Amino acid sequence: MNTILEVSGVSVSFDGFKAINNLTFTIGSAEMRAIIGPNGAGKTTFMDIVTGKTKPDEGHVVFGEKAISLLRLNEAQIAQAGVGRKFQRPTVFEDQSVFDNLLLALRKKRGPLAVLFYLQSREDRAKVEQLAMEIGLKDQLERKSGELSHGQKQWLEIGMLLAQDPKVLLVDEPAAGMTPEEREHTTGLLVEAAKTRAVVVVEHDMEFVRRLNCKVTVLHEGSVLAEGSLDHVTKNQEVIDVYLGR
Amino acid sequence: MPRSFIFRNPSILVFIGCLAVFTVVVTVLSEGFGIGFLSTSFIKTLGKTLALCLVAISMDLVWGYCGILSLGHFAFFGLGGYMIGMWLMYERTRDIVVTSMASAEIPPTQQEVKDAIGNQIFGVVGSSDFPAIWTLAGSLPAQLALVVLVPGLLALVFGWLAFRSRVTGVYLSILTQAMTLALSLYLFQNDSGLRGNNGLSGLQNLPGANNVPQAIISVWFLWGSALALGLGYVLFTWVVSGKFGSVIRGIRDDEARVRFLGYPVEAYKLFIFVLSAVVAGIAGALYYPQAGIINPAEMAPIASIYLAVWVAIGGRGRFYGAVIGAAFVSLVSTWFTSGQVPSIHLGFYTVDWVDWWQVVLGLSFVLVTLYAPRGIGGLFDLISGRIAPNRHGADLGPGAGSLQEKEAIE
Ligand SMILES: Nc1ncnc2c1ncn2[C@@H]1O[C@H](COP(=O)(O)OP(=O)(O)O)[C@@H](O)[C@H]1O
Ligand SMILES: [Mg+2]
Repeated sequence: MNTILEVSGVSVSFDGFKAINNLTFTIGSAEMRAIIGPNGAGKTTFMDIVTGKTKPDEGHVVFGEKAISLLRLNEAQIAQAGVGRKFQRPTVFEDQSVFDNLLLALRKKRGPLAVLFYLQSREDRAKVEQLAMEIGLKDQLERKSGELSHGQKQWLEIGMLLAQDPKVLLVDEPAAGMTPEEREHTTGLLVEAAKTRAVVVVEHDMEFVRRLNCKVTVLHEGSVLAEGSLDHVTKNQEVIDVYLGR
Repeated sequence: MPRSFIFRNPSILVFIGCLAVFTVVVTVLSEGFGIGFLSTSFIKTLGKTLALCLVAISMDLVWGYCGILSLGHFAFFGLGGYMIGMWLMYERTRDIVVTSMASAEIPPTQQEVKDAIGNQIFGVVGSSDFPAIWTLAGSLPAQLALVVLVPGLLALVFGWLAFRSRVTGVYLSILTQAMTLALSLYLFQNDSGLRGNNGLSGLQNLPGANNVPQAIISVWFLWGSALALGLGYVLFTWVVSGKFGSVIRGIRDDEARVRFLGYPVEAYKLFIFVLSAVVAGIAGALYYPQAGIINPAEMAPIASIYLAVWVAIGGRGRFYGAVIGAAFVSLVSTWFTSGQVPSIHLGFYTVDWVDWWQVVLGLSFVLVTLYAPRGIGGLFDLISGRIAPNRHGADLGPGAGSLQEKEAIE
């Protein structure tokens, strides 16, 4: 399997505090990966670096078959290159309908002029409806997304990610605040997505991670503490000490 | 899909209809074309108000839809006024000079005419040479182009610098205030080339229309202003209606999220800022010929703050709200500050509205911000039943909205 994202030797510090310390991480082009670790381990910061929100002090972030360096691109360019991100708290455009949210995310030209003269085609509408079906919001298309429940907003955001059709999906704590049934649906969506692309899921909930049934990377103090199957890393004494044991 | 565009934005038809009816009624009541019920100076007030409505919708475009609280839009408005003012003053002065020289025995040379115009225009600032910026003043097409280009270019440079460094929120507002302040201070200087604090005057006289009375010209400008407002309204409604509108409202609500969707946020902001500045410039070019005079005080920081107040009171994020706010507040403001409102004698103190109007306006602004964030325009929601999702805590009931308008009228 070929590598789609390669992070190597990356460090970043905030006012002298090393949030990420010589981190190395790679993921294949159709792979699911879970990242776990205690609060403050640097999971969100890792996503910030890959998506261009935070510039690292040193290291490389290389993406795609052409091995382009993401460090030279801004957030919008990285997103266009094919890295999608779901934030920790659900961020959808609450003032706009579910349909408009999905349409906004749909993979299309992003420049102002192209968007100004954009006309909705039947094809695009069909794509949006298809996505809405997958995330279970088919009947909510015309509703303002601010009126959705917390779980529905999380799905809408996942739907927006899928609409972007990215090669790498970074998903920060997707199951937070969800009911068990909602979690199950979410797991299904992510597992399905990982069949055709790389999906990185940050999650606290071990039960959720177990159901993803994938390789796990444990972060601690900004670097990788252990990597392997969930059973393998949960047996690791260091992991038990810093994370599971508490 | 023009049909569905209008279908999806019924406010366009209502607005254009109201504007057309207003224009026809005013024309019929005017001195120049009708029964003379309305004085020419009142026609000018109405025409100026339409121009102010145009700059208000351009403010609403940047602020209400894209979340950029520009407090410098009167810089663009004023520049538009100056650009058309240069042509008006130059041509008008040329007419006068040519007429007065016509009686001379030897016909004047081109240079003599030009010198005489320069003397007339720049005498007040102790000069008679044309500064370089007046090079094109004799050409109407050129100055009309500058009405659009100068504000557009200023907005482009300013916006590019500010947005690229990701200056947002209150810092950006302060920068825009600094911009308009700097511009007005610069123009106050006698050697700025635009007659310092004297500004440009006599702009109500249309060159080449010496025999046309102001009663007629005022209605022409009213028509022009109404047309520009109508076109601006349709253009802006189109810009914000489709996916583009979705993007800029997204930028207003969560800029970072839009960026992570892959949209070049800075380019969008720049587009909106420049478009809005250009329309503000056109509004200024319509306003000042009706006002007759422009000087740098028009671009003082407070003017742009008033503009934001109008839009807030009218209800931002909807263009008819901005129009209502600008028309309502500026007309009421004219009425109060003209001294026509009887003072209130309290025995120990006399409330003179010329002074106290400011307090009333400031108070209404605070009240609207606190209790009716959707402004006067929000009242229309009660009719159409449009309810926005409750995004930031307690929303306002209908009662508070109606209370607000009563207060604004008082
Ligand atoms: N912008 C920032 N400025 C200062 N410190 C930060 C910033 N972002 C993250 N940190 C710090 O970096 C560490 C890692 O944070 P984060 O990546 O959010 O952890 P996690 O998502 O794993 O809980 C934390 O100690 C946090 O306080
Ligand atoms: Mg986190």
